[in-house]
Amino acid sequence: MSGRNALIFLILLALFVFSVCAIIYPMFGREEIHLGLDLKGGLHLVYQADMSNVEAGQETSVIEGVIAVIQNRINPLGVTEPNIERMGADQIVVELPGASVTDIQKERIGRTALLEFREQVTENDEEKWVPATAKVNGQEKALTSSYFKTNTYVTRDNLGRILLVFEWNEEGSKLSEAITTRLIDKPLGIFEGDEPLRGDDGQPIAPIVRAVITTSGQIEGLSLKEATELSKQLNAGRLPVPLELVYEENVSPVVGADFVSLSLKAGLIGVILVMLFMTAYYRLSGFLANLALIFYGALSMAIFKLIPVTLTLAGIGGFVVSIGMAVDANVLIFERMKEELRAGRTLGAAIDAGFSRAWTAIRDSNITTFIACIILYIVGSNIAAGAPVKGFALTLFIGVAVSMFTAIIVTRTLLRLFVGGFLANKTSLFSPYVGKGK
Amino acid sequence: MIDIIGKRAWFFLISGIAILLSIIFLAVFGLKPGLDFSSGSSITLSFSQEVDHAALKGELANLGYGNSIVQTTGGGDFLIRTVALTDEAKKQLEADLTTKFGPVTEKSLQTVEPVIAKHTSRVALIAVIIAAVGILLYIVWAFRKLPKAFYCGTSAIIALLHDVLITAGIFALLGALLDWEINLMFITGVLAIIGYSINNTVVVFDRIRENLRKGISPSFEVITNYSVVETLSRCLNTSITTLITILALLLFVGGSIQNFVWVLLIGVVVGTFDSICVAPSLLVVFETGKWGRSQQPAQALK
Repeated sequence: MSGRNALIFLILLALFVFSVCAIIYPMFGREEIHLGLDLKGGLHLVYQADMSNVEAGQETSVIEGVIAVIQNRINPLGVTEPNIERMGADQIVVELPGASVTDIQKERIGRTALLEFREQVTENDEEKWVPATAKVNGQEKALTSSYFKTNTYVTRDNLGRILLVFEWNEEGSKLSEAITTRLIDKPLGIFEGDEPLRGDDGQPIAPIVRAVITTSGQIEGLSLKEATELSKQLNAGRLPVPLELVYEENVSPVVGADFVSLSLKAGLIGVILVMLFMTAYYRLSGFLANLALIFYGALSMAIFKLIPVTLTLAGIGGFVVSIGMAVDANVLIFERMKEELRAGRTLGAAIDAGFSRAWTAIRDSNITTFIACIILYIVGSNIAAGAPVKGFALTLFIGVAVSMFTAIIVTRTLLRLFVGGFLANKTSLFSPYVGKGK
Repeated sequence: MIDIIGKRAWFFLISGIAILLSIIFLAVFGLKPGLDFSSGSSITLSFSQEVDHAALKGELANLGYGNSIVQTTGGGDFLIRTVALTDEAKKQLEADLTTKFGPVTEKSLQTVEPVIAKHTSRVALIAVIIAAVGILLYIVWAFRKLPKAFYCGTSAIIALLHDVLITAGIFALLGALLDWEINLMFITGVLAIIGYSINNTVVVFDRIRENLRKGISPSFEVITNYSVVETLSRCLNTSITTLITILALLLFVGGSIQNFVWVLLIGVVVGTFDSICVAPSLLVVFETGKWGRSQQPAQALK
């Protein structure tokens, strides 16, 4: 055993201990391995923003505005680590891990929350609701809740009816004054999008204007829950552009937990069988490769946790498959060693030759996997349902990279520990079908 | 020494039949585009009482979801793949099913609108094209030192197409028999398999290069066979360890990655066969022009 090899061995041992600690204990602020929505359960939504009325050059700030509003709406739900981000030019991804979000809560995330006041006109003997407009500062403008101050609140009147109270800002007051003056004794409809706001009784809310409204007003007839929610949303801000829900994925946390335990089981059984196979076929070398495989597992998991890599079901699948592939480098090396031993070399020389000659094949053969992983990762980052693809690509990439390190450095160091030792002459222990013939 | 390359006529026959069948399956059944590419909803329901597959399918047809695909998943749950469901339609459907079959819980739901499906299809297509170009470039690079780089590259590419075609053909058949669909993870699996299969081919060809340089025999066929046999245990062992882990996933996990794991399983088996039997045999045919066993037996070396 050379001194240099002993030093490498100690460094590797330290790295292994570090990896195991990193997996078990919180480190660098990482509490536990990050699980994806399909394993943790949760809600994954993708919204398409309607950018048709947005001026060129303003897209980014509009989308950022949308994200800020959604953030405000999600905060009260108490979801840990929600993720809201822009995808492509005009899509917004919302990920709520571990949350059981009700349909109503979900609906409110993407709600425009812009109330429009409309008046009734008769066109071709048909009654229609059109936006109530008036001239202010020389411009014709529609009356909407965008002129509300952000201090709306819900209260009850003397009769116990629910009221949503709002105040107009300066421009809103002028608009409201002009419009309510014109519409005295006529109904004023309240719409959200093209849908009328409906009261507790399911009827559209369209109060008759009794007096000119200048500074503040109230909306009557909503249920307490609806009024409270709407008030919150009006205060938190409306969305600058309408959103359409285009992708939705909802996994119950129970199902996610099932998959975690199932894939753990699959991984464990897979590893044990691979180890048995390696030991049976390559004997002591195989056993040492198994130690390298354990090292590989620990180091990969530590990297997953520390980066952190979000593990999805497909990602774990990629990792489990990479365990099978991880021994490939060892197999290549051992097959080489076998040939070198057959050619009559000493164990030490066979190890050196085996590693150096197998290296080009190991390098070349992993490049395609790296190419495929990089392409898949980019694809996964750019599409709505891409999380599994991204997860698979990332874990396979890390898995193959780590396996090149462990299979070469770790196995070689372990093998060299035996060179010059009492086992060195028993070459049949290191490689099958060698000792007998020669 | 085993004579593998000498039996190449047989391998070409087996591959030819497999490819022919695959083309027939693809032409007749086609590949069923899954949720990712065609939009719609996929919902996993768990019933508290035992529910018959046919009865559920019948009830869905009664409720106006006649074109739905119903699959049983592990644990007795049902995966229903249907048109895009709004929240109201979903609630109504669950209520109707509760009336008929007793309490039902929704375990997972995925809804994809056409705009997303279109985008996903486009990105997947671009990815496949980029991957094809990347792998072609890689093959040119990896085989640059081989004396017959063009033949090697062509053999490797034919072998790859062979893997992809057979995997797709099997999926077309399974699509017709079991309603299996092609989703994003299928594409992912195929790309992973291409990477894996080319690995094996590179290892075998690399050995041919080395033995050609050593000049162990004047016959290209003998050298090729010798190289294949030398790398045989490596190719088989790596495939065995990979298959062990794939089978573990298939048996214990299944679920949403089931089709993906099947792609890997089929791909590893077909890819290993092609790296050992088909790709080197093609190389020999290109080099010698002989499709069958030559006069000079491969055993001549030892």
